[in-house]
Amino acid sequence: MATTAPTALLAVEDVSVFYEKFRAINHVNIAVGAGEIVSIIGANGAGKSTLLKAIIGQADRVEGKISFAGDPIIGRSTEAIVASGIMLVPEGRRLFPSLTVEENLGLGWEVGRKGEIRFDDIWRLFPVLKDRRRQKAGSLSGGQQQMVALGRALLANPRLLLCDEISLGLAPLVVNELYTLIPQIKARGIGILIVEQDIERSLAAADHFYCLLEGKVSLTGRPGDVSRDLVMKHYFGL
Amino acid sequence: MIAVWANQLLQGVMLGGLYTLFAIGLSLSAGVMRFVNIAHGDFIVLTCYALLLLSTLLGVNPVVATLIVLPIAFLFGFVLQRFLLQRVVGENVLLVILVTFALSIIIENGLLEGFGADPQKISGGWMETATVALGDGINVGLFQVVTFVGAVALVAVLDLLLYRTGIGAKIRAVSDDVAAANLIGLSSVRIYAVAMGITFVTIGIAAGFVSIWTNFDPASGPTRLLVAFEVIVMGGLGSLWGSLAGGIVLGLAQAVGGQFDIAWQIMAGHIVFLIVLALRPQGLFPKY
Repeated sequence: MATTAPTALLAVEDVSVFYEKFRAINHVNIAVGAGEIVSIIGANGAGKSTLLKAIIGQADRVEGKISFAGDPIIGRSTEAIVASGIMLVPEGRRLFPSLTVEENLGLGWEVGRKGEIRFDDIWRLFPVLKDRRRQKAGSLSGGQQQMVALGRALLANPRLLLCDEISLGLAPLVVNELYTLIPQIKARGIGILIVEQDIERSLAAADHFYCLLEGKVSLTGRPGDVSRDLVMKHYFGL
Repeated sequence: MIAVWANQLLQGVMLGGLYTLFAIGLSLSAGVMRFVNIAHGDFIVLTCYALLLLSTLLGVNPVVATLIVLPIAFLFGFVLQRFLLQRVVGENVLLVILVTFALSIIIENGLLEGFGADPQKISGGWMETATVALGDGINVGLFQVVTFVGAVALVAVLDLLLYRTGIGAKIRAVSDDVAAANLIGLSSVRIYAVAMGITFVTIGIAAGFVSIWTNFDPASGPTRLLVAFEVIVMGGLGSLWGSLAGGIVLGLAQAVGGQFDIAWQIMAGHIVFLIVLALRPQGLFPKY
């Protein structure tokens, strides 16, 4: 069994997640350090989103040990987990369409740790949102909505940011723009766990990666250390 | 003749204020929380009986009695949602209707058992009999005016609460997408409970006014519910100011109908409701 360094911000140890009887995640070990970008890749149904759900406290049945900054968090409410410093950018953005941009962002602040990242920082990162702050979130373009989702998560002042498929359904140019922000977030010492189907993009950004296949880690390492063929082999389980 | 009609129309508008008070809680629960509470009218009546107990047994002034009841109503709504109604949230809407229908039957029969079938009323004292003369033979009851102003004020306060405060944004967020709220660490369970607590405060306020305005008996809940439904559907589901408009339309329709023939008073309200529903099913001020 892989061991995780005691200094890890997030340590997922021997974790299994179940839907009814089905084991969606099977004895998985993952670690994310402060200021580290970790990428989880894997095909559809490999269990990537399930793992994020388990970390944020939204999975029904989780076995094993998940610790954040040294404290076990399995069984805690999402509310408590978010307040302690983990925030999710959910797949499909999941904004509240009838609320304004400002209100959507404000909810991130409300649920979070009330730290140094404030509205001004979000306006600086996404000037276009400042102009549209009184507009309903549902009226924004997909890319702008993703900015709000990311901004909402950052306003929670997370120590660990979970990004679930942030490039899904967005134009490549918009995705590029979003991904240029990832190093800036990392520079603040925030740990980032990225889940993507887009392997190239995901590996290019990551310090470390895990490839999931049918609920298990099939390959792990630093992106520079492994060949693309090897990744593909473990991605599809060939 | 003009004075007769003016009086009647004015009376209709004031009655609209009372109907808005019936409806505002249902507008919150059904329109904002998407929770159809069949026992809404019965909760109003139940609160009327609580006020009756306070004013007859303890001799408390009805205004003071209402103020005493409001925090209790909040707590009651919070606990009811948290420990009973929350169990059916997000399930089949039929379950919500069945559970609240059961509550309705329990309340009606409980009140019948405890208080008998006799109509009850709380005396508003001088407030009830004082009139305001507007000249040219046009008069309006002071209590009617107070009720109408109370309804407008309540709508305004709730509108501010819902659209200008943090808890209001949270309630609307949960109403938009419960699962998304949970994903980002908003506790939808607690927010639902707070929203139901607020709903019950409005029920308490409605009870305070209606218990003086008119008689109530254990079986008068469903009539209040019907009025509340007509008002929120006419106003546009989830629109608070729409509820005020819907209440006034219903009150006016009844006043005009009653002026032609008193037997037509209630029927005229239902007919206007059906017309609005047919021509503008989304309501006068649709929110969605």
